[in-house]
Amino acid sequence: MEKKTAVYVCSGCGIGDALNIDQLMNVATEEKSVPICRTDANLCSQEGAAMIKEDIAKEGANALVIAACSPRVMYDVFNFENCIVDRVNLREQVVWCQKPGEEDTQMMAEDYLRMALAKVEAMELPVPFKPEEEISKDILVVGGGLAGMTAAMEASKAGYQVVLVEKEVELGGFQKKVGQIATFPYKDVKDNQVVSDLVKAVTSNPKIKVYTGASVEKTVGGPGVFQISIKQNGTSADHRCGAIVMAAGWQPYDPRKLDKKLGFGASPNVITNALFEEKFFEGEVTRPSDGKPVNKIAFLQCAGSRDPHHLPYCSTVCCTTSLKQAIKIKGQNPEVEVYVVYKEMRTPGQAEDLYRKAQESGVLFIRCQDPEVKADDSQLAVEADDELSAEKIVLENLDLVVLATGMVPVTAFGPDISKELVAEPKEGEKKEEELEVPLDIIRRSKILNLEYRQGPEMPALRYDFPDSHFICFPYETRRTGIYAAGCVHRPMGIGSTLEDGAGAAMKAIQCIELTSRGAAVHPRAGDMTYPEFAMQRCTQCKRCTVECPFGAINEDEKANPLPQPTRCRRCGVCMGACPERIISFKNYSVPMIGSMVKAINVPEEDEEKPRIVVLACENDAYAALDMAGIHRMTHNPWVRVIPMRCLGSMNLVWIADSLSKGIDGVLLLGCQHGDDYQCHFIKGSELASIRLSKVSETLNRLALESDRVRFETVSIIDYAKLPALLDEFAEKLVEIGPNPFKGW
Amino acid sequence: MANTETQSILVVGGGISGLTAAIEAAEAGYDTYLVEKNPYLGGRVAQLHNYFPKLCPPYCGLEINFRRIRANPRIRFFTMAEVVSIAGDEGNFDITLRLNPRYVNEKCTCCGKCAEACTMEVENAFNYGMDKRKAAYLPHDMAFPARYVLDPALVKSGEAQKVKDSCPYGAIDLNMEAKTVNLKVGSVVWATGWKPYDAHKLETYGFGEFPDVITNVMMERMAAWGGPTQGKILRPSDGQPPQTVAFVQCAGSRDQNHLPFCSGICCLASMKEATYVREQYPDAKIYIFFIDIRATDRLEDFYTKVKKDENLHFFKGKVAKITQDPSGKGLVLRAEDTTKESLQEITVDLVVLATGMQPNTSDSPLPVEVPYDDYGFVASQSAKPGIYAAGTTRTPTGVAEAVQDGTAAALKAIQSIARR
Repeated sequence: MEKKTAVYVCSGCGIGDALNIDQLMNVATEEKSVPICRTDANLCSQEGAAMIKEDIAKEGANALVIAACSPRVMYDVFNFENCIVDRVNLREQVVWCQKPGEEDTQMMAEDYLRMALAKVEAMELPVPFKPEEEISKDILVVGGGLAGMTAAMEASKAGYQVVLVEKEVELGGFQKKVGQIATFPYKDVKDNQVVSDLVKAVTSNPKIKVYTGASVEKTVGGPGVFQISIKQNGTSADHRCGAIVMAAGWQPYDPRKLDKKLGFGASPNVITNALFEEKFFEGEVTRPSDGKPVNKIAFLQCAGSRDPHHLPYCSTVCCTTSLKQAIKIKGQNPEVEVYVVYKEMRTPGQAEDLYRKAQESGVLFIRCQDPEVKADDSQLAVEADDELSAEKIVLENLDLVVLATGMVPVTAFGPDISKELVAEPKEGEKKEEELEVPLDIIRRSKILNLEYRQGPEMPALRYDFPDSHFICFPYETRRTGIYAAGCVHRPMGIGSTLEDGAGAAMKAIQCIELTSRGAAVHPRAGDMTYPEFAMQRCTQCKRCTVECPFGAINEDEKANPLPQPTRCRRCGVCMGACPERIISFKNYSVPMIGSMVKAINVPEEDEEKPRIVVLACENDAYAALDMAGIHRMTHNPWVRVIPMRCLGSMNLVWIADSLSKGIDGVLLLGCQHGDDYQCHFIKGSELASIRLSKVSETLNRLALESDRVRFETVSIIDYAKLPALLDEFAEKLVEIGPNPFKGW
Repeated sequence: MANTETQSILVVGGGISGLTAAIEAAEAGYDTYLVEKNPYLGGRVAQLHNYFPKLCPPYCGLEINFRRIRANPRIRFFTMAEVVSIAGDEGNFDITLRLNPRYVNEKCTCCGKCAEACTMEVENAFNYGMDKRKAAYLPHDMAFPARYVLDPALVKSGEAQKVKDSCPYGAIDLNMEAKTVNLKVGSVVWATGWKPYDAHKLETYGFGEFPDVITNVMMERMAAWGGPTQGKILRPSDGQPPQTVAFVQCAGSRDQNHLPFCSGICCLASMKEATYVREQYPDAKIYIFFIDIRATDRLEDFYTKVKKDENLHFFKGKVAKITQDPSGKGLVLRAEDTTKESLQEITVDLVVLATGMQPNTSDSPLPVEVPYDDYGFVASQSAKPGIYAAGTTRTPTGVAEAVQDGTAAALKAIQSIARR
């Protein structure tokens, strides 16, 4: 598009008091010959916005630089369709954090205006991505248990077609083996109608195509354009779909792995909670060895759970399950002695009522961290040190011991591909360059069989759950358009599973709708740009395909990247990774940031005005800088902040650009990485810090000190710490001395 | 094609589950109205310092959610607003809202001149009354929308005109009155959330009587930079750093006289707050008095991590009584150590009561009849055709579950209008 640039400078909110507005406007009119440049004392007012609209309509202005407040505010006022817009944050990040009337403050404002002009020059309007194939709005649900059936039903009720694949010959999952349930409102146990009702509803629903005894053999493509091969009874069926709900479920922890002292295998009368459900689905609870009535039963909680040698986590539902089973027994025969030996009783929410019900039913509770089962052919007993009475309790002549074992997600089974990849290359083969990018945990669990370069299944987090790491976004997924639901997602009970199935279906629908418009999904939902690859310059280095946190880029046999734009989350990590700088977005590119850096005026050495480029995560560090401004916290005037989609999009060439131009230092502000990472693009800040570790090479080549470049972890609430951090870096640069490349 | 107006969704409550429901539905292509009674969105999570178990700030996720709102014209939100009535049926509800006066209109640029001019101070509800704020104020550091509010007390005072005159943009309207807005929507998500159980009702714990007995939500504010002490954990009575801190679990929870249910999050919240104390005071002695530590799922790892702190003592037993020690400086907790069957008295500098979540629906029910459980939670997700409950309106939950539930409720709300 042919651009007509217009600059609008607001003088309100103290901007006009702190800056020489005429001189600032000269940057646009004289230095850069911008055809339209206006100022207003209150640009966000109706009149101010009307002035801009008039220029758009009458003058054809279409590349607008709004020099006023932060882009985080007045977003609705300065929103002009079909125009390229950039906001110069004169208020929060210049006049509110700098001394008014000073030369340095003026220089900062002028540089920001120059940078914005360079930016709009390089920006283009986004053109949404449209795949060649037609977008499919159907949803694939893998797993026909409670979560999967719920997802299928809920999606169909919103008008979507569903393909449901279940590996067993019948629908129902684990719950079909469960006769009675305890769920909201947790007042009592009740017959399990939930699963049979769902099976009926799913099988009679014309919008849901069910495959039982089937598995997904292959998943190719991405959101909107998935191609699924389903194998059933030796035959294959192909479906196209737009998004996937992965609800493949869980397995009970293998009781044979339990510590011997829990007695599993020593007597037929030692069973697990899962076996209890199967054995006593309908009938009375009896002694497994001879079918005789039971008189005395013990439940042992946390069998293999909360145990670093087995399952270190808590499966959440075992306490409620044991209470339910105990109440069932008491309901059959109140005379039966029922003991629950527990470490901590965990009945959150209204489930506390069930605990109370069990107590009222006469179930006895023993708090013990380390019970022991004594089992042989003639005797079954449990020994427990009761913490509450400080006595050793021996429960003798037990007819049944139920071990409350936990849940293992099905994604925990199968070899871990990260172990396969470390295989040494064969002799004569070129060894791949060491990329040092930490690999995701992906097991060959044969659930989705994704034909993705980074592995065939969803990456997992701790303990193999393919969960989100984000408290605020539990459906965040590292495989775009694929949402985990139910107990494969995290251990949960019936109530949560019904929610989770519906929630995952919601995300699948949303992904399809956004994708069909060419828009990105979370966290850049609605972003219409996507990465474009100038393939003729690609050197097949594989960095983009390896580093993409979402596995969005496949690879051909010659290692050429095969981008799958509907899988892309638009973080720009690939753009940052690419040493050849071939990856660009319409409004975000390596040359764009490069020219912003080049637009900064670097004063001569004798002026003693160093310059610092700050590359800041736009969600957290940038917002924190705004808040420092809102609190009028003053900081060093030499900094020039450039917001990044994600710090992971940082390309090392910008550091070289900065330093070779005479900029004295570069500061990267990114989110916390490591185990408790806060980067919403998963690995962005981590990758930036890894890349930075290699920058010393560049610096050495330029004969510069490595201290000139620094990475700092900053969270959005660190605004009170930021000024000191910037000041301290500036002092350090003074100590190092000026960049010798100044004036080159 | 149905009436486009009734193709909209109303979400009541701008906390994390309501915010989520509105945004998720809007991103799927549906028009949503979000109604919040506070002057800002974000609800209770905006008042938290960090989330467990990652110890990451809620502002980070809120910023993303606010960006999603900024980018999406399908979401329209009302702050300082309440639902007065809901009439009609699924697919065709008539909603009446009351918008309470903010006394500041859309011309506000957030420049802060009104606060500068204002000398009147009022109790800071955002910090649970632990400090004062100007009566012309921005609700909190990351308040969204970023717009000032005038306290009604200021508007009635003699200072009102001076504050009005200080605004260069004509954004202050002292004559602003409550306004009624009518909406037509196809479905409703009710997510009005929770409030901390009133600690004054815990008669033996001395809350309100002893200044150094605070609650868990107050501790969050104390640890936050925007809180009353700029993030320093100090004893309210004398502003001194505490050497010993006690967390009293189940303060009113799992208790037939107060909240008979378990709020599910207080154990983790106290352990998280113990890490705040530890970060500031490496030598402080910390006690956690508990009945059961309910660290479900992988939150167990957080429990495991916190247990490694040698100066943190998990005390199995319920605190019976809190009194002031004779010196008037310390607080004496009397508790039975159930593992030793001995009554113990432990003196500490600061007590944090882990109070639970009381559903707001327990005293501010929906304006239409829906079933509630014994505790005032809406009894099921589908409260009645076309009206869905989400988040802590239904059951006490942590943040991730509230978001999950808000997402699910968004789909239910869509079904109500997509069927038509």
